[in-house]
Amino acid sequence: MNIKRAFRVWQRHFAVYTRLYRSSIALNFVEPALFLVAFGIGLGAFVKEIEGIPYIKYIAPGIIASSSMFAATYECTYGTYVRMTFQKTFDAILATPVNVNDLIAGELMWGATKSMFYGTIIIIAISAFRLVDSPLVVAVIPVLFISGLIFAEISIICASIVPGIDSFNYFYTLFITPMFLFSGIFFPLNVLPPTVAKIAFWTPLYHLTNICRSIAWGKTDYVIQSLIWLIGVACLIAPVSFILMKKRIMK
Amino acid sequence: MEVIIAKGLIKDYNHTRAVDNIDFAIKKGECFGFLGPNGAGKTTVMRMLYCATIPTEGEIKVFGMDIQSNGSTIKSRIGVMPQDDNLDLELTVIKNLIVYARYFDIPPKVSKKMAWQLLEYVDLTAKADTTIKTLSGGMKRSLLLARALINSPEILILDEPTTGLDPHSRHNVWDKLKDLQKNSTTLILTTHYMEEAETLCDMVAIMDKGKIVEVDSPKRLMERYGGNLEQVYLRLTGKRLEGDLV
Repeated sequence: MNIKRAFRVWQRHFAVYTRLYRSSIALNFVEPALFLVAFGIGLGAFVKEIEGIPYIKYIAPGIIASSSMFAATYECTYGTYVRMTFQKTFDAILATPVNVNDLIAGELMWGATKSMFYGTIIIIAISAFRLVDSPLVVAVIPVLFISGLIFAEISIICASIVPGIDSFNYFYTLFITPMFLFSGIFFPLNVLPPTVAKIAFWTPLYHLTNICRSIAWGKTDYVIQSLIWLIGVACLIAPVSFILMKKRIMK
Repeated sequence: MEVIIAKGLIKDYNHTRAVDNIDFAIKKGECFGFLGPNGAGKTTVMRMLYCATIPTEGEIKVFGMDIQSNGSTIKSRIGVMPQDDNLDLELTVIKNLIVYARYFDIPPKVSKKMAWQLLEYVDLTAKADTTIKTLSGGMKRSLLLARALINSPEILILDEPTTGLDPHSRHNVWDKLKDLQKNSTTLILTTHYMEEAETLCDMVAIMDKGKIVEVDSPKRLMERYGGNLEQVYLRLTGKRLEGDLV
């Protein structure tokens, strides 16, 4: 793998994105805004507070995490699949000095970048509405790249094994949506049976939510442990995504 | 001097053998054509030449280097015009070339100049700032040819360069390819058009069911087997080339 050639792939995606961002930004940004309004204000009128914190303020840091997760997964499931099969972009790129591993690395880097970008937009938005206590919240931004890599890797693995584009529905229904609901974004997991919390511990979104929430409130609880967890998992899954995707592309 | 040497090439997809133990050698500056109907294995051979498909068995040397271990170096010196249109639909015509040039590490200043020259060469300057959607089929083929030339390749691989084109556009592409031949670019193309093979190729490999059944110049093939290339093909494989109206 050659990082410079991987960056060429990243640059290609960036060039395409800067032409299209107006239509796709809505998907990733309006949706979290809706969650904040519906849950934070709507449900918040009844829930009032959790752990002594106003409900909207409780969920806001979690929306950073979920928004960045959805950005990377959309990009590296549907986006990657369309480039690989329908648009044949991969064929075009592989006819150049860019090799298959450079290409996969480029896809992952781009997925992580989008993850970081969309999470950052939420950070700015919730800061503007005074839903975070600490300016340290900017420290979340580099973490979003690491967790973004994990979400991109999982999505690439999924894209490498699906028989068709419709199969991504299984990935979202059985994996992404449950993770979104049960990673401690909307309520603390200790209200559910202990098994749920145990399962949640094995999901990246749970750890990212912990980090976002701690830092947004100016604390450091869980931050180091969760960060180590994220870095470890990002490194562990990476080879799997390379091997499976390479197999799919090179046939 | 041979720029490409392939020995004992085999490619299996699941349980079907797409390419069945073929050998060939292509000389520098030559136009070498793979002739055969759809499904004969031509595209698979092309894809193996530019490292997009890994051979099940056999070896390919390009510029004397093994493709498995020197993929990037080899690919920096070849150009590929694929059978499918895989342009970046979201980008403008000129941006397609500039983005592609980056993969070859061509600096932006050089690539911009190069892109404009190539657009002029394929007669697309008027379309430079439009998106791919507004291009006709022939224009897309021209742009794919321009894109394949962005790194001034020594070998140009063309997978069915004129399939689906009207006669006028087809002759246009042929003229461009003849220009390149004069500049001693090695051309490798697949086709199922007899006229294309006769007009352009110095050497023709006739393929059928993954095998090369005969290799020679079109002229000698016609002398040896009698009749035109279509009849030679019919004699060697027992079939007519589909889609060929010559």
